[in-house]
Parts: sequence; C-alpha cells; structure tokens
Amino acid sequence: MKNVIEQSATSGDQPPEVHVDRLEAVAQGKDVPAEVHPQVLEEKPVLEIEDFNLWYGMKQALHNVTMPITHSKVTALIGPSGCGKSTLLRSVNRMNDLVQNVKIKGTMLLNGDSIYDPRMDVIDLRKRMGMVFQKPNPFPMSIFENVVYALRIDGERNRGILEEVCEVSLRGAALWDEVKDRLQDSALGLSGGQQQRLCIARAIAAEPEVLLLDEPCSALDPIATGKVEELIQELRGQYSVLMVTHNMQQASRASDYTAFMYLGRLIEYGSTSDIFTNPVLQETESYVTGRFG
Amino acid sequence: MNSNRFRRRSIRSPFSSLMSHGEPWLWLTSGSLAISLIMIVGLLVFITIRGGSNFWPRTLYEITLLDGEKSLGEVTSRETDSSNSKDGHDNTRRRLVRTANFEVTGAHYKWFDEKEIASTQQPKFATAVERLEDGRFHGFPVRLMENGIAVASEPESAWAKYKEISPSIRQRFREANRIDRHERGELQRRLRSARLAVFNARLHHEDDSQIVMNAQDEEERVRSEVAEISSRLDKKVDSLRRDNSSWEFEFETASGHRMTLPVEEIVQAWQPNRLGFFGKLGVYWSRWWEFLSDDPREANSAGGVFPAICGTVSMTLIMALLVAPFGVLAALYLREYATDGPLTAAVRIAINNLAGVPSIVYGAFGVGFFCYGVGGWIDDVFFSASLLADNQPTFGTGGLLWASLTLALLTLPVVIVATEEALVAVPNSMREGSYACGASKWQTIRRIVLPRALPGIMTGLILAMARGAGEVAPLMLVGVKKVALDLPIDTSFPFIHPEREFMHLAYLVYDVGFQSPNSQAAKPMVFTITLLLVAIIAVLNIAAIYIRSRLKRRYTLQQF
Repeated sequence: MKNVIEQSATSGDQPPEVHVDRLEAVAQGKDVPAEVHPQVLEEKPVLEIEDFNLWYGMKQALHNVTMPITHSKVTALIGPSGCGKSTLLRSVNRMNDLVQNVKIKGTMLLNGDSIYDPRMDVIDLRKRMGMVFQKPNPFPMSIFENVVYALRIDGERNRGILEEVCEVSLRGAALWDEVKDRLQDSALGLSGGQQQRLCIARAIAAEPEVLLLDEPCSALDPIATGKVEELIQELRGQYSVLMVTHNMQQASRASDYTAFMYLGRLIEYGSTSDIFTNPVLQETESYVTGRFG
Repeated sequence: MNSNRFRRRSIRSPFSSLMSHGEPWLWLTSGSLAISLIMIVGLLVFITIRGGSNFWPRTLYEITLLDGEKSLGEVTSRETDSSNSKDGHDNTRRRLVRTANFEVTGAHYKWFDEKEIASTQQPKFATAVERLEDGRFHGFPVRLMENGIAVASEPESAWAKYKEISPSIRQRFREANRIDRHERGELQRRLRSARLAVFNARLHHEDDSQIVMNAQDEEERVRSEVAEISSRLDKKVDSLRRDNSSWEFEFETASGHRMTLPVEEIVQAWQPNRLGFFGKLGVYWSRWWEFLSDDPREANSAGGVFPAICGTVSMTLIMALLVAPFGVLAALYLREYATDGPLTAAVRIAINNLAGVPSIVYGAFGVGFFCYGVGGWIDDVFFSASLLADNQPTFGTGGLLWASLTLALLTLPVVIVATEEALVAVPNSMREGSYACGASKWQTIRRIVLPRALPGIMTGLILAMARGAGEVAPLMLVGVKKVALDLPIDTSFPFIHPEREFMHLAYLVYDVGFQSPNSQAAKPMVFTITLLLVAIIAVLNIAAIYIRSRLKRRYTLQQF
C-alpha cells in the first residue's frame, strides 16, 4: 500500500498531457497506479479493500482496487457506467456469491475481519451490513414487518423490542411521521421515495457496521431524491456509508469522500471537496465537470 | 446517390399498408377468440339446456292411431325420415314418444308415424309415475286401496288421497332402507371385526391360549348382542314395511290394462296436464332434489347421484391436498436450489413430457404400484387376518386414497410447471433484498418468495383440480365402481374410509351414457350428470379463485 502512495505522490506532479494518457492506458489494459490522497489514509478505516480483483467468467471487472473506507463518513463511488463501482459495492457484502462463475483475488477487511475468509459465515457477514438497492424493493408484507425483517429472521419475538427498533429505524430514515399511523398497511402501497426510505430503515434496523447504498436515488423523482439525500447527510457520523452514484451533484452534496473509478480501476480517491474542486488528475476533473463519461 | 440506398421505401400498395397497420392481425386474433368463445359457450349452453330440462314435467299426450290403438306418453323428439322413400318426395314425419310401461309394451320408447295418427289429446288425469323398478309408468288413476279395500275410487279423490298419504309412506320407506343399509351394515361390520379378532389371535398364539379364549368369548358376546339388535331391527322394519304395503294404487293404461302399483314403489308421481307453471316448478325442484340427494336406482339410469357427488368432491379435495405440497416442494428445489445446467433442463423437459402421458398409463401405474404394491404391503402387515380369513383385501384393491394419489401424480406436472412460473415471476430484487438483510436461502423462500408466488401456485392448483375432477380412464382401474353406496365419510368408525371404493360423476357419465340397457332414458340423464359435474368443478374453482384473489390483495398491491 505504501508503494502506491509514493507512486501517487510523484505522479501528482506530472504534466497534464500525461494524465490524459492514463485513461487511454487503462482502456488498453495497462496497469495504472491509483491517485489516493494522503488525507484519506489518516482516517480510521471501517473497511479496508486491498488489491482486490474480480472476474465474471473470463472477464475481469475489478483490477487491483486498494482503498480504505473511512469510519462514520459517507464515501461515494463515481465513474461512468460499467466501471465496476456496483460490483465493488456488491463484493463488500458478498452478494456476488449469488452470481455464477465469479472469481475473486485479494482481501477485504471489515473492522479487521476478513470478508473472504473461508471460515467467515456469509450470513453472519451480511447481518453486519445493510444494503439499499437501485430500485426500492420493499417486501410484500406490512411496513412494520419490513423494518423488523432482519430481527425476525434472527428469531426475535419480543413485541416491545420489535416496536422500539421499528420506531427508531423509521425515525432514523425520516419516515416515522409519514407512516406511524399505518404500520400494519402493506409496504407496497407507499410511494417510490417512501419505499426507498423504508428500505434504508430496514437496512439500519440491525445496526450495521457499514451501510451500502447502490445508486439509491436512480429510480426516484427529484423531490424523493432530495429527501433521500437529506437522509444520507443525516446518517453521516452515525453510520459508515459507502454509496454508488451516477449523479455528480449528489456525490458532491452528500458525501465526505469520493472515489473515481474507470474500467474496473480506482483512478483517484480523496475528500469530496478536493475531488470536485481541486483534483490531482486532469481526467478526474474532466469527468466531474462532465466533459467526458 | 449513396444516401438513396438508406432511404426507407415508401409504402405503396394498399395491401402492404394494411398489413403494416396490423388490421388483419386484429381480425385474426379477435376471430380466434370469438370462435373459441362460441364453441365453449355453445357447449355449455347445450349441456345446460339438455341437462337442465331433464326434470321438467312435460305434457302427456294420448295418441290414438288410425287402427284404434292408444298410447300415453311424452313427445321426446320429432324427425323427418327420408330413408324409406327413394325419390325423397314421400317424406314421413315421425315422433319419438316416451310411452313408458315397460312390462306392458316391452319398450320404454316408441316411434309414431304422423300419417298413422288419428288424434292427440291431453287428458286431464294423465299421470306420470316414477317407480323404484321397471322405469316410468304412464296411466290414469282409478282407485286407491288400503288392504285391498278401495278408499277412493274417483280419479280426483284417489289422486288427492295419494298426495295426502305419500309423504308418510316415503318417510317410512326411507327409514326402513336406512335401517337395512346402515344399521345392519354396522352390525355386519361388528361381527366381522370380532371374527377377525379371533382369527388374528389364532394366527399369533396357541389355540388354547388365554388370548384366543378371550377373543372367542368376545366374539360370542358380540354375536349374541348382534342377534338381539338384529331381531329388534327386524321387527321395526317389518312393521314399517307392513304399514307401507297395505297401500296400493290402481291405474289404467291408455290401452286399457289395469295395473296395481304398491304405493311404496312410487318414488314420485305427477299429473303434468293439470299443473300450472308453479306446480310444474315444484315437481321440477323435487326431482332435482331427488337427483342430488338420493342413491341411484336401475343401473344408475334413474334416481340420484349423491354417492357420486361425495366421491367426486372428496377425491378432488384429497388429490389437491396431496399434489399441492409435493408439486410446490419439487418446483422450489428445481427453481431455487438446483443450479441451471443440462441435468436441470432434462428434468424440466421430463416433467413437461409427463403431462402428455395418456392418463390410462397413470391408471395402470396406480393399480400396479399403489393398489397391489403399497396396498398389498399394508394388507400384509396390518390386515393379514382379513386377507387370510375372507381372502378380502382392504387396501390392496382400488380405493379413494389410491385414486387420489394416482390423480395427484397425473396432475403433478401441471402444478410443478405453474409453481415454477410463479417463482420466476418473483422479482430477483426481493430475493437480493432479503439476502442483504442476512436471511438464509430457506428464510428468503419461506418469508418472501413463497408468499409472493402463492397466487400463481393457486392458479396451478385450480388447473390441476379441473383436470383431475374430469378424468375417467385412470379411475376405472384404481377404485371407481359402477355402484358403491357406502360413502368414504360416514358415521361408522373410523368415520373416514380412504380404502373404500367410490362412485364418480365423470365415470357415471361414461357408465350411464354407454353401458346402460335403457339408453334412450339414460340420455337426458347423461346431460344432467355432466351439468352437475361442470357445476361442481366450477364451484371448486370459484372457491380457489376467491382464496387466490384474497392472497393477491394481501401480497401484491400495485405499485404506483
């Protein structure tokens, strides 16, 4: 890891025309070092991704990704479609296990525990994380049962505990006031934005160590998007959030750190303000300003 | 110049424009739907009309021929017969008349040439009598006699008196029948089980051991008890029969024969020519009621179909209960657990092909595997005494349970395919959401996938039930009988008798329609039974659809 930092530190001073070559070099399949800002490395990590590679069959989707995810902060993954940011996110809670022909190499540590350790029980692992998907996917049951689902599968039957968790989670997801009178109604009757916040409530009900958001607003209208973004900002500090987004404004508004990925590689990673206003690499700047991608 | 190549050709001919707008395809699709609908609705209407009108009391005509011969009957059909004349000009119209009175005329129906008919009348007192045996009787009431003495000797008063006494006579007749059938049957069963207990004791112990002695004592006790009850029943039945047999009804047929019918033998009698619309309606409903609630008579061509209704419904329900868990679990493994590959594909193809196997093959399998194999084994292990003492199998022959199992096997592919489709329709995002919450595969299936797929699974079950309830061929091999009056569920211990043979409506259609000695009289009966079968399947389906719609409302509220 030190090696990479040193490389990045030196490459930061290279003239612009060399930078443009970086994306081309990536496109040609060459190994390019990631530009990781030193500030990121000083923070306490909740999740450490080291030299992570992933193949779908013969096709390699992630190349040597090395990045720490900061504790109690919001980290956004940005990049053009197909750059592997969703794949990386789904690798964190091993959702890729469900896909056939997936092969991985490298390590990921969640608070020091190796995620891909053969002795790690994938069900226990997923219980330590929460995940929210692109499309709201509430379960076909009542709002209450949706929120306490994670507790239910653990066999929790104490009504008092369930009700308390339900209220805390719904308040945490800024949904309590809207649904408190109809907790027993079907969750499928909620609007899209409410459904997505319900999914967030469901994800935080089990007190996850990391919250994974996979483009949580891509299927929502602007008003619902605004509410979810507000919520993400409120979650900051309480939860460690790793978020994939297509929306540059969203990343700049809602996140503390931003990682720019391209064709399965991490290109630049730093604090959001640096990435958006003062990136080291020319490519990052042209991507965040919309000139490419 | 080059760009010309890529310009779209304009549509010139009206034909191609028509085709591209899709009008003909609209006609084609709507036409196909219309033809299917016409065929289905036509068939249903035909069955309903023919089956529903069977019990309507029709006018009795007295037909006098040119030679003076008189007949009394219902006109069943008319036709133009051109088979006799070569040039086709000399067509004769003729009528088929239900003249009844089999013992007098030797036929139930008769053709009359219209040219030979001198006159037709509708006599006021013409009476149609439904009898226990020998079919219908048509005639005129003469007098009603009690113990050989006339109590009413005018047609009007005799009929009125008959109407007065017949309900109590029917009541006594039913009571005597019930005692004969059920109470005596129960006594027989007790005797038999006591006898088998002795046999069983002998089988396992020395002849002079205490257990054998005890069993023999017990048999002796049961025997004397049964004899006592039996003589009491005999007395009761005798008194009922004596009360009934004192009443006789004398009739005169159209041809002048005097006939005396015991009132007990009259199931129902009506005088259609005197009845108004509501009177006819009353007769109509009471005949329907007899059809629905009574046992069959005269080789199933008359009387009721109650045992067949019970058999059909219980068999269909048991089949649904057996096939649902089997099919759903199999489909769950195939869709949720098995990895896709050549083996899974082969299994899937095999299941689909199974749906195309002729149903008689399932019947043959059922009789070989369930009846003789499993049933034979059960008999050997649990009912060996019965097998050795009476040479009478208990489970080792056709029965309700084996028939239900055979049909469950037959309808299994339908349920598996429908369940698989329902499982595929559950969005993957829901499964992922559940996994992401830390649920195991089984928890995901039980809490998310199954509830969501339940309406689709119910659809498969509805299809399976409809298919199973209408099946005949395999049933003939595995337990359906022409006559089996003992119901699978009754008041004798242990109340549910899955080993019993049973009657089935669909088999009854075949039996009455094609095996009946009195085929003309049986024809309308076939339609009525078919109507009833269709109605029962419809009721079962509507019940299932109701459950499904409730499930749907609960689990798949529309997203907006």
